[in-house]
Amino acid sequence: MATHSERVWHGGGQVVVTGDEEPRGLWSWLTTVDHKRIGQMYMGAGLFFFLLAGIEAFLMRLQLAQPDAHVVSAALFNQLFTMHGVTMVFLAGMPLLIGFINLVVPIQIGARDVAFPRLNALSLWLFIGGGLMLYTSWFFGGAPDAGWFNYVPISAGEFSPGPGVDFYDIGLQISGIGTLMTGINFLTTIINLRAPGMSWLRLPMFVWATFVTSLLIVFAFPPLTVNLFLQTFDRLFGAHFFTVSAGGSPLLWANLFWVFGHPEVYILIMPAFGIISEVVPVMSRRPLFGYTTMVLSVMAIGFLSFMVWVHHMFDLGYGPWVNSIFALSSMLIAVPTGVKIFNWLTTMWGGQVRMNTAMHWVFGFLITFVVGGMSGVMLALAPADLQFNNSYFVVAHFHYVLIGGTLFAIFAGMYYWFPKYTGRFLNERLGKWQFWLVFIGFNVTFFPMHFLGLMGMPRRIYTYAPHLGLTLWNSISTDGVYILTAGMIIGAINVLWSYGHGELAAADPWDGRTLEWAIPSPPPAYNFEYIPLVRGLDAFWVEKRYGNGRMLPAPEEHHGPPGTIHMPSPTAMPLFLALSIIVAGYGLILHSLVLDIIGFGFVAVGIYRSMFTVDHGYFVRPHHIEGVRADG
Amino acid sequence: MEEPETYTGALERALHISGSEIGGECRVASERARRIRRFLPWAVLLPAALSGCGLIDAPQSMLNPAGPVAQDQLGLIDSSIWVMTLVFVVVAGALLVILLRFRWRGQTELPPQWEGSTRLELLWTIVPFILLALLAVGTVRDSFVLAAPEGKNVLKVNVVGHQYWWSFSYPGTNIVTANELHIPVGQKVELVLTSADVIHAFWIPRLGGKTALVPGRTNIMWIEADQPGTYKGQCAEFCGTGHADMRLLVVAEPPAKFAQWEQQMEHPVVQPTSALAQQGEKYFASEQCSSCHTIGGTSFVGVVGPNLTNLAQRQMIAGNLLPNDAQDLAAWLKDPQAVKPGSLMPNLHLSPDKIKALVAFLQSLKTPAPSGSV
Repeated sequence: MATHSERVWHGGGQVVVTGDEEPRGLWSWLTTVDHKRIGQMYMGAGLFFFLLAGIEAFLMRLQLAQPDAHVVSAALFNQLFTMHGVTMVFLAGMPLLIGFINLVVPIQIGARDVAFPRLNALSLWLFIGGGLMLYTSWFFGGAPDAGWFNYVPISAGEFSPGPGVDFYDIGLQISGIGTLMTGINFLTTIINLRAPGMSWLRLPMFVWATFVTSLLIVFAFPPLTVNLFLQTFDRLFGAHFFTVSAGGSPLLWANLFWVFGHPEVYILIMPAFGIISEVVPVMSRRPLFGYTTMVLSVMAIGFLSFMVWVHHMFDLGYGPWVNSIFALSSMLIAVPTGVKIFNWLTTMWGGQVRMNTAMHWVFGFLITFVVGGMSGVMLALAPADLQFNNSYFVVAHFHYVLIGGTLFAIFAGMYYWFPKYTGRFLNERLGKWQFWLVFIGFNVTFFPMHFLGLMGMPRRIYTYAPHLGLTLWNSISTDGVYILTAGMIIGAINVLWSYGHGELAAADPWDGRTLEWAIPSPPPAYNFEYIPLVRGLDAFWVEKRYGNGRMLPAPEEHHGPPGTIHMPSPTAMPLFLALSIIVAGYGLILHSLVLDIIGFGFVAVGIYRSMFTVDHGYFVRPHHIEGVRADG
Repeated sequence: MEEPETYTGALERALHISGSEIGGECRVASERARRIRRFLPWAVLLPAALSGCGLIDAPQSMLNPAGPVAQDQLGLIDSSIWVMTLVFVVVAGALLVILLRFRWRGQTELPPQWEGSTRLELLWTIVPFILLALLAVGTVRDSFVLAAPEGKNVLKVNVVGHQYWWSFSYPGTNIVTANELHIPVGQKVELVLTSADVIHAFWIPRLGGKTALVPGRTNIMWIEADQPGTYKGQCAEFCGTGHADMRLLVVAEPPAKFAQWEQQMEHPVVQPTSALAQQGEKYFASEQCSSCHTIGGTSFVGVVGPNLTNLAQRQMIAGNLLPNDAQDLAAWLKDPQAVKPGSLMPNLHLSPDKIKALVAFLQSLKTPAPSGSV
C-alpha cells in the first residue's frame, strides 16, 4: 500500500494512512509492535520449543523403557533432562501463556495496544534470541547438564567445565530480561490503559490473572537475574560467590533459585487459571461464580507463592522449625486454590454446559490439576517429603500441574480464542481426537510415575537396575508417550490446517462475555473503532442483555481526531537491540573480546537511539465501521 | 496375581487399610476384601489395586518400611492419601453430575444467573482448612521427632558423599569403609552427613527419607532398622554423570554380629595366601592403586578413592553397581568408565595378567571371624 511509505519514522510529522489494510511480508512481522502479531509469534515460537522439548522427553522415555538400556549415554541423558526442563519452563510454558496475555489482555481492557509496544517487541526478540542461543550450545561442546535448577557446585566450573552452563546462564539471562519487561509492560498496561468504566472489579478474570502474574514476574525474576549474574561472575571471571573453599555458599544459589523458582511455577499456572475462568462461564452460559472471591484467591496465591520456597529444599537440612513453617505455608496455598476449583464447579453446576473441545480441555484440566494439587499437598508435608523429594513422585506431581494444568488450559484457550484471532475455527472432530489421545496418553505416561516414586526411583537417573521392580511401570509409562505423541501430532495438524481452511468464524461465535467478542474476527490492528464505554462486569454481555448488543463509545475526550485512530509505528530497533545483546552474550561465553565490543557497542548505540527518538506514530482511517467481518 | 481376591489384598496393602504388618508376599484376605470392595470407589483405587504387590515388594519401596523413621513417614503419607482421595472423589463426582445433568440441550432461555454465595464459599474455604489442619498436626510433630535421634544409645556414623561413592567412618574407632553401611538392628543410628565435592543425598526408602550431603555443611539424619537385612537405596540428588550408578547398601545385623564386624574392621588381617594374590599385592603398589586407596592391615593409605579394607567381605563393588565377584572385578579394573560412565577411577590400561593378580589379591581381603564369635 503506497501510503505506508509516507510514514514518518521519527521527527515531528504525522501522516494519515487512509486505509486499514495491514502490511504483509516477513519484514512487517520483524518490525511489528502490534500486540496481536507479537502474541502470535510468542505462540508460534513457544510451540516450536515445545516440539523440541517433546523430542527430548521422547528420547528419555525410550532410554528408561527398559533397565540398563543404551539408547542414549549417561552424559547425553543429563543434557536431555536439563534442556527439557529449561525449555518447558522458560521457552514453551511461559511464552505460550505470554502469547495469550499479549493476544487477549489489551482487548479485554478496551485498549488499542500495550503501554510500551516497542518494549513488547523487544521482550519477544529477547525470548526467541535467548532460547535459540541456548539451543546452539549443542554445537559448542554440549548443552547444559546440571538440571533445570542448576545447583552448585555441580554447575560450577570445577565440576562442569564445558560451556553448557554458560549458555544456561547467559541464555536464560537474556530471555529473562525479556520476561521481566513483559511483566512491567502488562502491569503498566492494566493500570493505565483500561477503557472508561473498566474499574478494577470489572476486569475479566484473565486480566486479573495477568495482573498478578506480572507482579510475580516483577518480584520473582530479579532473584534469578542476580543468581545468574553471580554464577556468570564465578564461571567467567573467577569470582567465588558459590565456592565453599573460598567462603562461598552453594545454598545461596539454592535459596535464590527457589525464591524465584516457586513464584515461577505460579507464573506458569496463574494465566492458566485465568483461561479456565474465561472459558467456563461462557460455555456454561452464566457468570463466573464468586468473582470477588476469585480475585482474592489469585491475590492470596500470588502472595503466598513467595513464602513457600523452602519446600523445594526440605532435605537440605534447615531443621524442624524452618521445615514446619514452610510446610504450613505451602499447605495453606491449597485453600485459595481449592476455592477456585469449587467456584468453577459451581459456575457449571446448574448451568448449560456446552461440551465442545474447549470444554473437554477444561474438564481434563480440572481432573488432572486436582490430582496434581493433591500430590502437591502431600509433598508439602515435610517429613513425608523427605521420602518424595527428588523421586519420580515429584516428577509425576509437576507434570500433573504443568501438563494437566497449564498445558490443558493452554489448549482450552487455543480452541476458545483461535477463531477470534484467525477468523477460523479449529476443527472440532480433530480437536476431540486430540483431547482423548492426549488425555489418555498423558495419564498412562505420568500416573505410573507416582508408583515409581513410591517404589524408590529417584529422578534424573539415566538407568536403573533390573532387580528394583521398576521395569513394568517404566515400560507402561513409555507406552503412554506413543499415545500422547499421536494426540499432539493431530493437534498440530489441526492448527496448521485450520489456519487456512477452518470453518469461518463470526465476531462472537461462543456468545462471549468480554470485549474481545465485540470486535471483528480477526481484529483489525487498532482493535477498536472507538474506545468502548464499559458499563459492568462482563462488559459485552451487559450490552447484549441490557443494551442494543453493541459497545457504546467512550466520551469524546478518550478519542483522537474524529474518524482516525492513532497507532504506534513499526520499528526494527527491538530486533536490532536483541541481536546486539545476543552477540554480546556469545562474546562472553566464547571469551571473544571482539564479539563483546561489537555486541555491547551496538547495544549502547541502540539504547541511545531509542532514548532520543520520538515516535509520533501514525493515524489510521478505517474503511468500515462494522463490528463484524463481512464474511462472518 | 490373577484372582480378584489377590488384587484386593494388594489394594489393601497399597493403601494400608488394615492395621496388620506390611511386607512379604500378598495374602488373600477375602473377608476384608469383600468389605473393602463394598466401601471403596473402584475407579480411584483400581490402579493402586493392580499394582499393589509390585509397589510393596520393590526393594526400594517406601511403602514397606523397615524402621521407625520410614514407618512414621508412611503414616503421614497414608493419612494424606485418604484426605486427598476424598477431595478427588468430591471433585470428580461433581464433574460427573455436571456432565450428566447440566448440559446445554439447545435451550434458548438462560440458566439461573447465579453470581455467588457467601455461605457456600465460606464452606469450601473452611472445610479444606480443617482437613489441612489435621494433616498439619502430624507434619509438625514428625518434623521434630525425625530431626535428631533421642536417647543415649545412639550409634554415630560419619558419611561423606563423593562422585560417585559413599564413605562411612565410625567415630571413636578406626573403622572407615565405603558404600556398604553396617548398622546394628534395633539401635538408632545418627548419620552425620557432608560432601567432598557436589551435593548428594542419602536415601534408603525402607529405612527413612533422604537428607542432602552439602559441601561445607554438616547435616544430620537418623535411621533405625527393626529387622536384620540388606536395604537398598541410591543417591537422590543429581550429582553428575555417574549419579544413577551411585548406589547404597545398608546391612543391618543383630548386635552380636555387628560387633563381630566391627572387630574385623578394627583389626583387619591381610594374608594373601596364593602366589597370584601376593603378586597382586605388589601390583597394587606398583600400578599406583595405593595412591588412591587405603587397605587396613597394609601400608596402603591413599585417601582419594574408597577405602578397601576387607573388600572381599562386601556384597558389591563400584559404588554398589556390580556384584563382588571375580568377573565383575576384572571388568571394573579393565575399564571403569565402560562399566560406570563418569567414574573418576582412572583407566590404568592394566594387562590381563595384572588384572588377574589384582583380582586374586582383592578377593583375599577378608578378615577371619575372631574365635568364639557368633
